[in-house]
Amino acid sequence: MSHKPPPTEMPALPSALRRKLLLGMAALPAAAVLPRVAWGAAPATAAVNTTGLAVSDDSVTVGILHSVTGTMAISETGSVQAEKLAIDQINAEGGVLGRKIKFIQEDGASDWPTFAEKAKKLLVNDKCAAVFGCWTSASRKAVLPVFEQYNGMLYYPTFYEGLEQSKNVIYTGQEATQQIIAGLDWVTKEKGAKTFYLLGSDYIWPRTSNKIARKHIENVLKTKVVGEEYFPLGHTQFNSVINKIKLTKPDVIYAIIVGGSNVAFYKQLKAAGIDLSKQTLVTISVTEDEIDGIGGENIAGAYACMKYFQSLDNPNNKSFVSDFKKMWGDKTVIGDVTQAAYLGPWLWKLTVEKAGSFDIDKVAAASPGVEFTAAPEGYVRIHDNHHLWSKTRVGRAKADGQYEVIYETAELMEPDPFPKGYQ
Amino acid sequence: MERIGFLKTSEAVGIAILAALILIVLPLGLDIFRLNLAGKYLTYAFVAIGLVLCWGHGGILSLGQGMFFGLGGYAMAMFLKLEASSPEATKIQSTPGIPDFMDWNQLTELPWFWQPFHSLTLSLVAVVLVPTAFAFLIGTAMFKRRVGGVYFAIITQAIAAILTILIVGQQGYTGGINGITDLRTLKGWDIRTDEAKYVLYFVNAGLLLAAVAAAYFVRQSKLGRILVAMRDKEDRVRFSGYNVANFKTFVFCLAAALSAIGGAMFTLQVGFMSPSFVGIVPSIEMVIYTAVGGRLSILGAVYGTLLVNWAKTSFSESFPELWLLGLGGLFIAVVLAFPNGLAGIYADTIAPRLSRLLRRARPALGGTVPAGAPAE
Repeated sequence: MSHKPPPTEMPALPSALRRKLLLGMAALPAAAVLPRVAWGAAPATAAVNTTGLAVSDDSVTVGILHSVTGTMAISETGSVQAEKLAIDQINAEGGVLGRKIKFIQEDGASDWPTFAEKAKKLLVNDKCAAVFGCWTSASRKAVLPVFEQYNGMLYYPTFYEGLEQSKNVIYTGQEATQQIIAGLDWVTKEKGAKTFYLLGSDYIWPRTSNKIARKHIENVLKTKVVGEEYFPLGHTQFNSVINKIKLTKPDVIYAIIVGGSNVAFYKQLKAAGIDLSKQTLVTISVTEDEIDGIGGENIAGAYACMKYFQSLDNPNNKSFVSDFKKMWGDKTVIGDVTQAAYLGPWLWKLTVEKAGSFDIDKVAAASPGVEFTAAPEGYVRIHDNHHLWSKTRVGRAKADGQYEVIYETAELMEPDPFPKGYQ
Repeated sequence: MERIGFLKTSEAVGIAILAALILIVLPLGLDIFRLNLAGKYLTYAFVAIGLVLCWGHGGILSLGQGMFFGLGGYAMAMFLKLEASSPEATKIQSTPGIPDFMDWNQLTELPWFWQPFHSLTLSLVAVVLVPTAFAFLIGTAMFKRRVGGVYFAIITQAIAAILTILIVGQQGYTGGINGITDLRTLKGWDIRTDEAKYVLYFVNAGLLLAAVAAAYFVRQSKLGRILVAMRDKEDRVRFSGYNVANFKTFVFCLAAALSAIGGAMFTLQVGFMSPSFVGIVPSIEMVIYTAVGGRLSILGAVYGTLLVNWAKTSFSESFPELWLLGLGGLFIAVVLAFPNGLAGIYADTIAPRLSRLLRRARPALGGTVPAGAPAE
């Protein structure tokens, strides 16, 4: 822990100076001739691993389970990169309980049963101490019984619909209320919005999210939903709904369209003459990664509710972005989920060190209350329900594919996967 | 040629070798995790056997066998899901006692078509009957109108796509793209334990051997010969007075029923069912298993399924970023170099050598020298 930069709440040092300080700190143990002593001798393997996980005297094995082939590869690649970066950085600092992290990567192939098969392999065959992975809700639902049966630990990075809580999962993304409620409050206050048109791809996350949005709009904000529509995944013909939007003239288009459909939707919206600098559109499904495909000029002006944007201005994020680009190239962009995936290995390391053990039960029990001060999004903390306390932010898309952050909640939002009154 | 029941001796030996492999060698040689994977592969072999009859012998290429596999699997999954959704287990829901995904989709009572799946007997009947009836419907509609060949293949593909969209779209009733997950027990018997996995593996292997035997029975029967005749010269069979459409529908239904049994066993062994088995891609993959094994060979289809899936698993474990290329390469190589698949390799290279060896061994064993053998 002593190697970590200060929390963002503290007065920020100029980035360059901070990096130098960090480098200096990292060099300290090496300068001390006896690096082992400087770190303190690693605790005995028998003491920190009583359940036969893949932990040796100098290494610990974890799994990375994402799709690197198939339709989801484009979304999940960022997560894989972020997790590898975090593991590299942790190893550079001396690893976890004095052990270097080794990882085994498996491909979920955008196919839910494959995810289940590979998850089982990582837990049963490879005895992974933790697994960082999954992206879609469907893949998580497929592996959840596996993690519960074989008692594994999954760090899941994506913002998702909630309605789930497991001893064996740490959700490093936002559950639905964390993404939705503050954003709706903001758009109502800032834009005086009275009418909303809800759109979504047809599966569990958009439907649940829109359900929460509708309850909040109707019961709390006392405004109106004028339309709600869903499209199959991969749908590319949005002209009829765009016509309906033109007729109903909602104050806000609330769009939860995912994947490749986004490209068609925003291009057709623009072609139909709906100018996003005048028509308010709020999305919770378009990160910088998706804008890469949509094209910044097609979505400029839209608002997105996330917890992280690449353009966040804080020292943690600056060094994260530069390390990420150094490792994976200048052209890569970093979206909300990529950042959440980066948190996984760090939170696991901090939890293991708090628990003083790799045992799954002890890690699960020690998780609530673990704080990560160096997170690119700022300070985060694990809640009793295994989700993260984190801020909600609103960004406005620019033509260059980045978001300009225009609002953030003052406080961390409490995760509430089973929201009362919203079900 | 000597016969054992309806099997030729060589066929009986082939089945015995397969039985030895899946009943003895695999269970002894693999740990439970790998054995469970092998069990999963063997469920696809049911589909491949169906395709050998339907495509290899009947000449009806169906690119939608995933539908039947999926329907069988869903029927099983619906029963298991209802059992896992007892009011006690689901008391945190707004409506306890219905599957969790229905609750998430604001359903407040069980839809009527889920009701029969409270009963195991009715569910098992549905596993076979629903996909077969569906195949009958498609078969009657197509074959009576003499739709065949490529057109039939395209239509089956379209129906598979429609079914997937329907399942994904009606997520309140079907679980949507997530599928039906978190299945736990069968009549109180926990299917997730290692012992249960062993038992299910052997049940599956037994059913598969029965399916192989049934396929051989059909093949050697008069029906089997009519199928081949239809494939090669449909008109002649029709002019000889046979109702071609009925035979085609029958073999298509048989292939569907076999696929459905595979699907149900899949659900039991893997613990969930999702629309990713219903669509076009898995259906085509299943045709590939058959092609790799050799589309005329029943045993070849089983070995082809095992080989392709084993390659898929091990390539993807070793090369997570490149494995699809390797797998694609394997298919191209097999199709180019061995158009008759594994069975072709066996018939062309291994079988002649084997018989030469046997012939050489026989005199040494004191047998008589075959009449035509050169006297050396």
